[in-house]
Amino acid sequence: MSVYEYRVTGSPAEAAAWTRRQAFFTDLRAVWGRAYPRVSGMFREPSWLFFELLLPLLATSAFVFVYRSLQAPSEYVGFVVLGGAMTAFWLNVIWMMASQLYWEKSQGNLELYFAAPIDIMAILFGMAVGGLVMSTTRAAMILVVASVVYGVAFDVQQPLLLVAVFFLTMTALYGLGMMLASLFLVWGREAQQLTELFTEPVYFVSGLSFPVGRLGMLGALAIAIIPLAVGLDAMRQLAFAGGDIAFGTPSPEIEALILVAMTVVFLFAARWMLRAMEERARRDGRLSLRWQ
Amino acid sequence: MSVSPGSVASGPPAIEARGVRRVYNVKPTAVVALDGVDLDVAPGEFFGLLGPNGAGKTTLIKILTTLLLPSEGTARIFGFDVATDVKRIRRIMNMVAGGEQSGYGILTVREQLWMFSQFYGLPRGDGWRRVDELIEAVGFTEQAQQRVSTLSTGQRQKMNFVRGLLNDPWILFLDEPTLGLDVAAARSVRELVTSWKAAVPGRTVLLTTHYMAEADELCDRIAIVDHGRILAIGSPAELKRRVQRESIFRLELDRLDGGVAALARLPGVVSATPAASASDAADRQTVNLDLVLVEDGALGGVVAALSGLGAHIRSLRKSEPSLEDVFVELVGRGFDEEGSDTAAAPPDGSGPGTAPMDQPEHEPGEPAERERV
Repeated sequence: MSVYEYRVTGSPAEAAAWTRRQAFFTDLRAVWGRAYPRVSGMFREPSWLFFELLLPLLATSAFVFVYRSLQAPSEYVGFVVLGGAMTAFWLNVIWMMASQLYWEKSQGNLELYFAAPIDIMAILFGMAVGGLVMSTTRAAMILVVASVVYGVAFDVQQPLLLVAVFFLTMTALYGLGMMLASLFLVWGREAQQLTELFTEPVYFVSGLSFPVGRLGMLGALAIAIIPLAVGLDAMRQLAFAGGDIAFGTPSPEIEALILVAMTVVFLFAARWMLRAMEERARRDGRLSLRWQ
Repeated sequence: MSVSPGSVASGPPAIEARGVRRVYNVKPTAVVALDGVDLDVAPGEFFGLLGPNGAGKTTLIKILTTLLLPSEGTARIFGFDVATDVKRIRRIMNMVAGGEQSGYGILTVREQLWMFSQFYGLPRGDGWRRVDELIEAVGFTEQAQQRVSTLSTGQRQKMNFVRGLLNDPWILFLDEPTLGLDVAAARSVRELVTSWKAAVPGRTVLLTTHYMAEADELCDRIAIVDHGRILAIGSPAELKRRVQRESIFRLELDRLDGGVAALARLPGVVSATPAASASDAADRQTVNLDLVLVEDGALGGVVAALSGLGAHIRSLRKSEPSLEDVFVELVGRGFDEEGSDTAAAPPDGSGPGTAPMDQPEHEPGEPAERERV
């Protein structure tokens, strides 16, 4: 057998006849394959410590000092720290999920992803997994450092629910990211502007620096459609359970159910949109024509 | 297991295209990139699509690699329909394009290749092993631990070629693989292709190129394409014979008493003229002439006559028409002449033969301004 040969197959038809198991494991390997550059890149460019840890920490600190000068309840400092940590995930979703496919297209990667015998969802899952590792590290460091520096006192009475809400927030958030990815690809060049357009408003309506219930109807709307808003609010309620802050939002249990619904809707929508996008791309030539 | 070309020859053709037409619906007017292409490529064949920029070569490759649907007609790869048997085709093919900037600059060559191996289902350990074996086979060991972003264009293309072999494809699509490479790098890529093909003769290659010498050197058969249509198909020799109606020889003699006119009168000689490089010959004190004969057999009479004239032959070379001559004969213009590079090109210039977009190290606007992964 020549060094160039890999699979012992007697004919192209035999080589093309994969079992469902083979196809499934190929998709699974593709997830890790695509996550790999993100995970290894995290250790290879230590500059992220400055950009993604120190700078967000400064922004969080500004709000801490504002609340302290206003003599706000001590929980508000905790709210800001938690919000600062969760910023990492939204930035990751919007920049490295939603607008990523468009960038991959301009690099020629997208064409190779489509030309490979994998489901494109596997690529998006890979991006999500890699992004989660990066963002969780960043969020954890912000949370730990800020909590120690500003003396945040957590009062967690339902730790399992808190963990569950965190993971549900992640699945819903990255599900939204996958959905946006195919949408941004169809929108083409506007993806960059859309990314910028979405960043700040989502920060605001998600209540990253204040309880989202203070936004009234707007906050309720955010809880209904933005995983970050509902997830963060539930986590705040669970992390500072003993305080006498009136959140003015549904209970954490209800919000957990909202997150479950969001996860299902976003993942199915992402899958449907990706298939539609691929079909449209093959019909219109959108994978071949870089200007589109 | 080595598979000879014959063992797959009994199966369906490697490529079978019937009436393939592709129209890009762009404003103000639709662009016809392919206009009724019929093509059969046998398993194990090294087939070339030769044509100027914008001829429709890349569009045809996109269709055959399932990335683009034909507007009309059908195409099959080893019997699998490009419109419906997408996954099956993707399992047995791979593609490498010239100027490809794929992957992530932050990874090493070895890591990048491993990443792509995962998209073809190679188990984790097998992936690393195969990458190492292929890197060694193509003589790329020194660059294995080098970051992709630091590779030269030629090195990068070598890496891309290895990527194309990761899944041991039954059919490999090479779209202008030497585009933008210097002479040495282009030769190196061509050598890689030929050594791979020699090692696995049962594999099929479809090469698009607008370098005629490349097509001539590598391909068993060539289709000359222009304005989305195939104008001629055949082996390089067959195509050249289409334009060679007479036998042309270049002769270098030590002397020729009586001048070229003495030869022009001989039977079977159409013409005998001093060669264009006659001044060089004068420096070397020899006589160079171009001899056009009605057929090769007339050469014997010429050689005998030269002997009678006391002339000694220093060199004798048969001149063959080039593929460019074939193209000019078929199209009525050269590759680089006006009108050869616009008609069938996709409207953005991203299509055949277009230089790649620059790969930014950083994505503007990204908060961290780090390299995208």
